[in-house]
Amino acid sequence: MYLSSSKKIRVLVAKPGLDGHDRGAKIVARALRDAGMEVIYTGLRQTPEMVVRAAVDEAVHVIGLSILSGAHNALFPRIMELLKEEGVDDVLVVGGGIIPEDDIPALKACGVAEIFGPGTPLQVIVDYITANVK
Amino acid sequence: MNRKKVSDGFEKWETGMVAKTLNRFPEREEKFETISGIPVKRLYSPLDTEDMDYEKNLGFPGQYPYTRGVQPTMYRGRYWTMRQYSGFATAKESNERFRFLLEQGQTGLSVAFDLPTQIGYDSDHPLALGEVGKVGVAVDTLADMEVLFDSIPLDKVSTSMTINSPAAVLLAMYIAVAEKQGVSMDKLRGTIQNDILKEYAARGTFIYPPEPSMRLITDTFRFCTDSMPLWNTISISGYHIREAGSTAVQEVAFTLADGIAYVDAAIKTGLDVDKFASRLSFFFGSHSDFLEEIAKFRAARRLWARIMSERFGAKDAKSHRMRFHTQTAGCTLTAQQPDNNVVRVTLQALQAVLGGTQSLHTNSRDEALSLPTQESVQIALRTQQIIAYESGVSDTIDPLAGSYYIESLTDEIEKQVLEYIEKIDSMGGAPAAIENGYIQREIHASAYDFQKKVDSQSRIVVGQNKFTVSEEQTFDYLRVDPNIGSEQVSRLQKIKKNRDQAKVNETLEALRKGAEGAANLLPLILDSVKVYASLGEICDVLRDVFGEYKAPDIL
Amino acid sequence: MGDLTLSAEKLVKGVLQGNRRDLARLISLIEDEDPSADEALSSLYKHTGKSLIVGVTGPPGSGKSTLVTRITAEYRRREKTVGIICVDPSSPFTGGALLGDRIRMQEHSLDKDVYVRSMGTRGHLGGLSRHTSDAVRVVDAFGKDIIIVETVGAGQSEVEIIEVAHTVIVADVPGAGDDIQAIKAGIMEIADIFVVNKSDLAGADKKVTEINAMLDIDQNMGAWRPPVLLTNARTGEGIEELVDKIGEHHTYLTESGDFAERGLKRSKDELEQLMEYKLTLELLKKLRGTSEYEEAIQKISERKDDPYSVAERLIARFLTDQRE
Repeated sequence: MYLSSSKKIRVLVAKPGLDGHDRGAKIVARALRDAGMEVIYTGLRQTPEMVVRAAVDEAVHVIGLSILSGAHNALFPRIMELLKEEGVDDVLVVGGGIIPEDDIPALKACGVAEIFGPGTPLQVIVDYITANVK
Repeated sequence: MNRKKVSDGFEKWETGMVAKTLNRFPEREEKFETISGIPVKRLYSPLDTEDMDYEKNLGFPGQYPYTRGVQPTMYRGRYWTMRQYSGFATAKESNERFRFLLEQGQTGLSVAFDLPTQIGYDSDHPLALGEVGKVGVAVDTLADMEVLFDSIPLDKVSTSMTINSPAAVLLAMYIAVAEKQGVSMDKLRGTIQNDILKEYAARGTFIYPPEPSMRLITDTFRFCTDSMPLWNTISISGYHIREAGSTAVQEVAFTLADGIAYVDAAIKTGLDVDKFASRLSFFFGSHSDFLEEIAKFRAARRLWARIMSERFGAKDAKSHRMRFHTQTAGCTLTAQQPDNNVVRVTLQALQAVLGGTQSLHTNSRDEALSLPTQESVQIALRTQQIIAYESGVSDTIDPLAGSYYIESLTDEIEKQVLEYIEKIDSMGGAPAAIENGYIQREIHASAYDFQKKVDSQSRIVVGQNKFTVSEEQTFDYLRVDPNIGSEQVSRLQKIKKNRDQAKVNETLEALRKGAEGAANLLPLILDSVKVYASLGEICDVLRDVFGEYKAPDIL
Repeated sequence: MGDLTLSAEKLVKGVLQGNRRDLARLISLIEDEDPSADEALSSLYKHTGKSLIVGVTGPPGSGKSTLVTRITAEYRRREKTVGIICVDPSSPFTGGALLGDRIRMQEHSLDKDVYVRSMGTRGHLGGLSRHTSDAVRVVDAFGKDIIIVETVGAGQSEVEIIEVAHTVIVADVPGAGDDIQAIKAGIMEIADIFVVNKSDLAGADKKVTEINAMLDIDQNMGAWRPPVLLTNARTGEGIEELVDKIGEHHTYLTESGDFAERGLKRSKDELEQLMEYKLTLELLKKLRGTSEYEEAIQKISERKDDPYSVAERLIARFLTDQRE
């Protein structure tokens, strides 16, 4: 309590769009919690506006987006756009789900830092966030 | 069997030969378990099945308790239906894929709809952004359905539609298309998934709260009981529960608990159980543990037969019979070295066949990358055909029966499932167990546990956490044209312009009144679809009346 | 992590101008115990004291989050702006937390007059901590009419809500075994309003009777007898009355002088807590890490010395040093 650090990494785990598969998102949320982070899980059916609002209000350091429905090419850029409009430039944005290799360069170009595909060990995600959080 | 001889022999073998071998080198694990956590012994013997009551617990195919199969001749009479789940982009592309599959020997259709369609939104809804045509075909109005089934004779082909919350609407559209083909609804064969409880628990495409959703489901039961005797009114699903991370035992337990809830609900509306029970169907996954999965299917059949006869007092033999569709487990397939998935799917398909499935979907190797290419889906179909035509396993019924291990495992799964059902009963049934988050928490706990095992390599996934390659091959995979969304929206706008708006308003108003009252909504929905009211318009009327479901998300 | 050059001044300005981002970031500084946080709080203090602060607590499963969502909707209907602070327990082992209340407040997620912030207890025993009351202060200065603080229903911790809230709502649900919950030390005393939620469940009326019976034998009650209300947060039944009752309680507090009295006590407690914290911090800064300190602790554990006299000595020495 005295002299020990109270700082925590705050992460927003969100499921944008209509995709209802939340097995992965929930597991990642829990793994991040076990790694000492504070995780706000938004639940399903988040519009880009809702994701950004939550990110701002909760002052998160990281946003994790999970999509398995193929809508990432429309939703991720829209989220990045809204973050920019809100003046949010210090949040680490990562993604996961079913996102083809070919689509990743474009996503990275609009500001998504990394995509964690199927089979990514949880520790890899934890380590990446810990190392790259701004 | 001479019990003493076997028992003595077993002991001698264990304390002698086995002990000596263990001294030289230990076994691969401290203890062996199925994926459900059921201990797996080194050896099963007649001692494990000596108390087995063949007549009571196994019986004969086509007879209670159906452990060995639901038809007397099973695959000797007719192979399982080879039914590949497909659909993407627009109705036109999907229609092409349907016809390709039928030409290649598929024996039934299985329609995948996109997420906006599954959640009752038209393609121009703000939430449909980026989703149109991605995970299935976009259907906004009857016009899309007409294109979807163009040149497909609905009196000859059976169609399974994976649609839940708006199932009644899609069924109505199907009926309308058939009518235009000159096929009356009493001739139609097929299934609507129509299983809302697993949506709340595991799949997420819910719209309305539980009560009105159950009303829609029982309305379809009634409607089909009266007018569509060949139609499966529901596909009570465990597949998605399994995909969300549950064990095999949980998959069966939660599925049967859901089934119990549906039967309860239907009976409450005054339906006689024997009137609708024969048209209930089920849907399971086929996962990695080869022998556990086979035992699982057998246990499920026996459990349901007993539930229907003992708990619900159903008298008709058909009411006790569990017919099911199986899909090989998507969650076991890897993005790394995708060709390995062909092997996984082969094993999983074989499990389903040895387990007595009525119809089967085999996943394509590119499952973890995208929707399947034509080439990949062909291999998946061929997998079934090779099992059917070349392997001989279909030539005798339930060939693994009597196996000391399989029968022990079947019994153990049954036992554990009953424990779960008892617990869920004490909570007030599946709807209550979902409302208080019990089922979701159980699923999540198993999923997390599994992930931890994979991450720690105590569970190996070949090509992913062991036997990896540094350079993955590049693959061609299916890409859905990003312009689909806007094209579909234009099409929808055109339909809206050309239809009789007054009629649409009239039928929607009648639907609203019906929803506010107790009328069966199917005929009213049918009227609406016939005048080209859109899926979104119809579902929105119901949203107004029923409200929307608020998930009690439990992490 | 976190921009340490963010000046407290800039954030304070932003908060007073209604900038959401600055509000959120200031709360983070407070949570992180950043040195500039107290500076900011000091600046903001004179702008606080305008919000009506409502605490909501209760055992798990009582539907607190849904209740809070409904109360918020009702306040919004009455054109009040709302800030919500939800506190969830941090794991004592990993320090992490799953903050799962926001997810149940989706209907307000795009309402610009509602601010929702999820906080972990971050190793503070009990449901609330200084961070929470400081965060409430910032939201107060930001200008929300109503601030709702929702906390873990973990028994002892609920008592701390009094420190923060003007009106404390204790939620419960009908059901077996809850009688023991209600009797748990502290809960009866802190409630200004009792809510029996999920009124459609069997036993709801029985629960209301039970609570009233407890209240009947309560010796320490003041002039305000906590009402026991029935609500169904899912359907919205009883929520209007609940919000009316909160208003009534607020009126009672102001008119009875209770408000002023509590305010004095709270200010005193807070000042003393802050001073205690800062003094101890100063003292430990001097001591921790020194070989003398480590040796003293070692001696105490070997029973070659005792903590009582060591404490006396070290404090005496500290005070003398300060005087020099």
